[in-house]
Parts: sequence; structure tokens; C-alpha cells
Amino acid sequence: MADAKTFNLSCPVPRVADDRIVLAHGGGGRLTHQLIEKIFIPAFGNPMLEQRHDGAVVPVNGSRLAFTTDSFVVHPLIFPGGNIGDLAVNGTVNDLAMCGARPLYLSAGFILEEGLEMETLRTVVNSMQQAAANANVKLVTGDTKVVDKGKGDGIFINTSGIGVIEKEQPNGMPHVSPGLRDVGTTNASISPASVQPGDVVLVSGDLGRHGIAILSVREGLEFESPILSDCANVWPSVEALLKAGIEIHCLRDLTRGGLATTLNEIANDRNVCIKLEESFIPVNETVQGACEILGLDPLYVANEGRFAVFVPAAQSDATLEVMKKVEVSQGAVRVGEVEESPVRTVVLQSRIGGNRVVDMLSGEQLPRIC
Amino acid sequence: MKFVSEYRDPKAAEQLAAAIRKKVTRPWTIMEICGGQTHTIVKSGLEDLLPKEVVLVHGPGCPVCVTPIELIDKAVAIAKRPDAIFCSFGDMLRVPGSSKSLFDAKAEGADVRIVYSPLDALKLAKQNPDKQVVFFAVGFETTAPANAMAAWQADHEGIENFSLLVSHVLVPPAMEALLSSKNCVVLGFLAAGHVCTIMGFEEYFPIAEKYKVPIVVTGFEPLDLLEGIYMVICQLEDGRHQVENQYVRAVRREGNRPAQKTIAEVFEVSPRQWRGLGEIPASGFQLKGRFQKYDANRRFPFEGAPAQESPDCISGLILQGLKKPHECGAFGVKCTPENPLGAPMVSSEGACAAYYHYGRRQNIQPELSGPASR
Amino acid sequence: MCLAVPGKVVEIMDAGDLVFRRAKVDFGGIKKDISLAYTPEAEVGKYVLVHVGFAISVIDEEEAQRVFEYLKQMGNIEEELGEVRQ
Repeated sequence: MADAKTFNLSCPVPRVADDRIVLAHGGGGRLTHQLIEKIFIPAFGNPMLEQRHDGAVVPVNGSRLAFTTDSFVVHPLIFPGGNIGDLAVNGTVNDLAMCGARPLYLSAGFILEEGLEMETLRTVVNSMQQAAANANVKLVTGDTKVVDKGKGDGIFINTSGIGVIEKEQPNGMPHVSPGLRDVGTTNASISPASVQPGDVVLVSGDLGRHGIAILSVREGLEFESPILSDCANVWPSVEALLKAGIEIHCLRDLTRGGLATTLNEIANDRNVCIKLEESFIPVNETVQGACEILGLDPLYVANEGRFAVFVPAAQSDATLEVMKKVEVSQGAVRVGEVEESPVRTVVLQSRIGGNRVVDMLSGEQLPRIC
Repeated sequence: MKFVSEYRDPKAAEQLAAAIRKKVTRPWTIMEICGGQTHTIVKSGLEDLLPKEVVLVHGPGCPVCVTPIELIDKAVAIAKRPDAIFCSFGDMLRVPGSSKSLFDAKAEGADVRIVYSPLDALKLAKQNPDKQVVFFAVGFETTAPANAMAAWQADHEGIENFSLLVSHVLVPPAMEALLSSKNCVVLGFLAAGHVCTIMGFEEYFPIAEKYKVPIVVTGFEPLDLLEGIYMVICQLEDGRHQVENQYVRAVRREGNRPAQKTIAEVFEVSPRQWRGLGEIPASGFQLKGRFQKYDANRRFPFEGAPAQESPDCISGLILQGLKKPHECGAFGVKCTPENPLGAPMVSSEGACAAYYHYGRRQNIQPELSGPASR
Repeated sequence: MCLAVPGKVVEIMDAGDLVFRRAKVDFGGIKKDISLAYTPEAEVGKYVLVHVGFAISVIDEEEAQRVFEYLKQMGNIEEELGEVRQ
């Protein structure tokens, strides 16, 4: 029983003291959204920010650039399959890819804790260099600060990234499907705003590896064949889809809060219901086993090399074909579909045929896994 | 996973559901007492497979939910002590006390830690000899052997900076309390499988006899629940009221003797407050004899004002299965997992939280039969 | 509150007193260190039900098959009688 209670992803927090930040505010679920709605949007509000997408697409002198930022506070710093450095590069590269943009340049800001071993920093930085090389991005500017011992968790990294939207229609206008909400030319066509009833949802591979890899260190779990984080750059898969001319409505990565959180955000935003079938959701057997003993639901576990893609139903097979040819998305599978509905939620048909709602996470999921 | 996956087989589930549909001739209300079972039922959408005549209600199966507010306040007070490390299973952290939860206390700087096992807390005590390590020992009988072992080992190794804040609740007295209430609509029970793994199921025979209700010891996977429900329905339709065991792969009639022995050495039965139900005699455990020195209640004196429940909370009715969560005016409105007013919304296995989280918000109102089999 | 998960005993670490007997238990590929204090009859190769770090029962594999045997029988009978499932 302790397992389910200890690490239950659906563990909500009690009466939230509105006067303080609690860990759940960073969890990616309801409280994170409340924080954004109550504090950040009112302060900074503008049409681009209000898209609430992984990145912003901004017009600059006739080009459309994608711009994003992300901070990485994972603990432990080094985990099976990677370290905070890999995350820092791939995470931001992926956010750009989710805008349909080719990732080009990154910045990196480091907050280092006094007493950090130089060797650890070297390992992290080397990983960043390799990840950047692999993703064909250049780290062009950065910053370093050091805080007193006890005031940081070894290393915190912020990376910001710039990419360029390359896919244009022959007449130079960005590709816009008929019937999409018109919010001005500053917005990417590939965004939650483009999701429509009748679309299908696909995921690029099996779920839960990253979250379990992190937990395995924290919990001292021993695996026969260790679960490695799926941390990876997904741009090659997105690039293939763009080149193949697939009408991509939306791309979202499945980081903190997992597939369930991502789909809930979209359902909420677009006034649709997203229907999933449990038997289609891909989860590796060992990951499933870890989830069982830790009392976790793989739908909520973080991934760092997986994304969801929304396309018109007619393009479902073509999309799968393209994705399966690219290594990072060879495990792609269709998991559900989008329906018109005032219900604005995600519904799952379980293996035994019953239905349940897959709700937004209410509270603390796992402390700092990405 | 062996002994898990095969019990989620859709074809077998449909077979059992069909058998239930075939057997049922009139409405029956069945209660399950264990939060783990509530969780499976709601998570797998099991009720969608059942005929509308079979009404499942959820009993006080969540020890987290039924822990009295005063105990939470006590836990928070201990946790805030500068010399204390307060350990608990995760879900207890979220339970709101009179003014705050352990989670709030943690946010304010208290050393509150989530552990997987009570032995982990004992380990912490050994590693931190200058601190008072307190473990929140909450649970049904299932968890009592583990907590008993922690106390036993502490005594065996002479560890003094360790203590247990005990909130153990026992199932059979709760069942009796429910059945003896004149409002009881429950006609059959699914007994908690893992509780019975420890305690066996001898205690249920007199209950089944006295109140003329079928009681089936049931497991936690969808097939277990369907089979358990089927066995209860068969009894109800046949007019029987016996104790049967569905969870045969894990439960023996006499239970786990070594576990019972250790429990008996460390704990004794005591009256206990159940949040939402009131005091039920002989329904809890407390430390006894030489283990009393590990009782955090004694070690840390505490003056607290008696706590007040929200007037909007109808948890008593929910825990007795008289109302379903979505029938409560505050459900999903004033009372949500972020802002729970009462016990069953607190833990994700509490009925209200389960309903909220898994979206069972629609109204199912079949006719409830009278006590036809009694 | 009663989450208990079945796992296979792959190695037993005896420590003299039965109370301190522990085992490496395999949960579908994940191994955890578990106390066998309450399952003196546990052996390597057997499956145990584990709750908060303790094995609380040895799984009776024969009984575990019971429900599937029963369903198979039910299925056969229905076929023989030519009954239409609802």
C-alpha cells in the first residue's frame, strides 16, 4: 500500500495555501496551470504567450522564428540513459521541434552550487556538446552563476533556443488548414489551436521510460535490464513528417505530467474530448512492472524523447509510415481520436471495456524529474 | 506481470460480466470496503460492464480518509519540532488537519519524509541518533505486521529515538457498525482481500450469520472483483448468506499466523475514532506492554482544540454507502482534491476522490431493493 | 491502502533468525529487497505477495488457475448448449 500512496501520480495536494509556492506548482498539472493563469499571464499577457504552446513563433523580417526556454532541475543529476546536460539540450531542441521549427541555436545559463565536483560539471557539459552536435544546433551564448552551498541542487540549467519555420506553401504563405481559428500571422499553424474534431492522436513510442529511470535511482530499484531514460532529440521525426507533406495539426512533447497532462491541456483548450484506448497505449513491460510496484500510472509519467502528433484521420496511416522509418519514432502508434464535445476532457476505454476519465494531475507528481 | 496481467484479460472479464447479467433478477446493493478495490473498480470502469441492477457502493475502505483530524493536527505538531523527522506513506501528507496538512508543514520547513516501508523510518532513526524519528503508522490490518515489526526491531536493537503515531483501523468492527445501522442498504460484501491475507476470514462467519449477508473475500484485479461480485450475486439470488473466498491464490482461512503472532505481541485492540463515522469500539490497534514506549502519542504530549468538520461534508453518508459522491452538493464544486472538505476526497482511494479523478460524475439511480434476503 | 504486488523469489538471504530473513524478489524484471519474516515457507522460485516491503503470502499457483479453469468450463458448457451470450 505504501507504494500507491507514496508515489501515486494522482496524489492531489490539500487545501493549497495560495500564499505559498508548493512543489506541486512545478508538477505540470492543475496547480502549475493555475500559477500560469493567475500570476504569469495577467502580468505578461500577449497573443503569442496566450497560445500556451511549448514555444512561441514570432515574425522577424519576413521569417518565422520559433523561440523557447526551459529550465532543468532534475535530481539525480546523472541517471540511467543520460544526465541533466542531455535533458537541457534535447528538451529545448524538442520544444522547437514541437513548433515545427528546425532547431538552430541555443543559449545555456548555469546555476552551480558551491562544492559541486568539477568532474560532474565536465560530464554534464560533454553530454551537452554531444547532444548539440547530434541535433545540429550550436550553443552560442551562455552564463554562469554560483550559489552558496545548500542553495542549489548541484546544477540548475536553463536553455533557450531559436529555430526557424521552414515549411511554407508555394505562394509563400504559411500552411493554414481551412476552418482554423484565425489568430493572426504570428501564430504557427502547428499548434494546439489547430486541433480539430476528427483528428487522430499518435505517440512516437512507448511511455514512461524517463520517469522510471529517474525513480529507479531514487528508489534503489534493481532492474534485470535497466530502464534507460528515453531522452532524445525528436526533430528528425518531425522533419520527416514535414518533408512528407503530412498535414500536421499539432505536435506536443510528453514531458512532465506525461501523455495525460498534454492531452488534457489540449482538450481543455480546444473544447474537445480526446478518446484513448488503453490496449493501444504502448508501455514497455518492465516499465509497466515498475509502475505497478510504485503505484504509478504510466499515462502520467514523464518522457523526454516522445511526442504526440495530431493529424486528420485520413492521414493516420501515412503519418505512422513516415514516423516508423525514423529511429527516434520507430515505435509510433495511434492511440486515440478527437471528438467534438462540450466535455473537454480525456476519456480512456480500459482493457476490460469500461470507461474512465483521465483527469489532469491535481498535485505533486514526482519531485523534479526534468 | 504474472498474477497481475492475466487478471485483466478482457475476454475473461466479459465472460464473468455475462454470467452476472444472466444470474441477476433484481436490484442488489453490494459494498466493497477496501480503497484498493474502489480504485480498481473506478479505474477500469468496471461498473460499465455490470447490469444496472447491481449497485456497487464504497465503504470506509481508506484508512487515510478515516484518520481523525485531531491525529493529523498531532502529526503536524510533531513534524514542526526542530528535533523531529516525521515519516509517512505519501498519501497521509495531503490530509488537511484543522489548519494545515503535513504537506503544508513541509512547505514551511518541517522535516517530513515519504517512506516506502516502516523499516525505512527505523533506518532513519539509526542514521540520525540526535533526531526523533516518528512514523505515521496508518493502515488496516494489512499494514499492522510491518508496523509491528518496526516496533519489534526497534526494541530488539535498543533504538530509542524512534516512535510510531498509530492510526490502525480494523475492518470487521466497521462492517458491523455499518450493518447494525438502521439505514443500512448493503446486502452483500466484498471483503478486503489483503486484510484477510493477514487475518484470515474466521471473523466474518458470525457477521454473515447475524446480519444474514453474504461476504466474499475478494482480490484487487478486475477479474477478482468480477468474480467476487458474481459469487455474491449467486448467493443473494439463491438466498444464501455465507462466507466465501474468491482470492484463493493469496488468502487462507486461518490467515498468516506468524504475522498475527507479531501483531498480538506488539498491539492490542482498542476503541478508535473513524472520521465521518464516529467512535467504533474495539476497532483499532494501540501499542501495548513494553512497546508502549514507542507510542508517539505518549511521547509527545499535545494540547489541541477539538477539531471541526465542514458542515457541507456528508462523508458519513458516503462511507456508509448511503450516498454516492456525485450526489453531494459540494462534490466537485466546493470540495475537490485540491480543496477537500472531508475524508473521502482526501486520498485518491477515497470514494469521492476516486469518483472525481476518474470522472464518475453521472447519475446512476437504479431502484434499491429492500432487505429482501434478511 | 492495501497495494500488494506479486513477485518471484529469486534469491534468499538467510540471517540466522527467521525474523531477519530477506529475499530478492523479481517483479516482472525489477528486483527489490524484501523481508520474508512473515513467510517462512517461501522458497526460491515461488511467488509472494509483497506489501510495504514484506512478503505477506505465498501465492498458491494451482488456486490461481482456478478462475480460468472455471471460465473455460463455462465457455465449454455454453458452446455445448448452443446458448447465445448476451
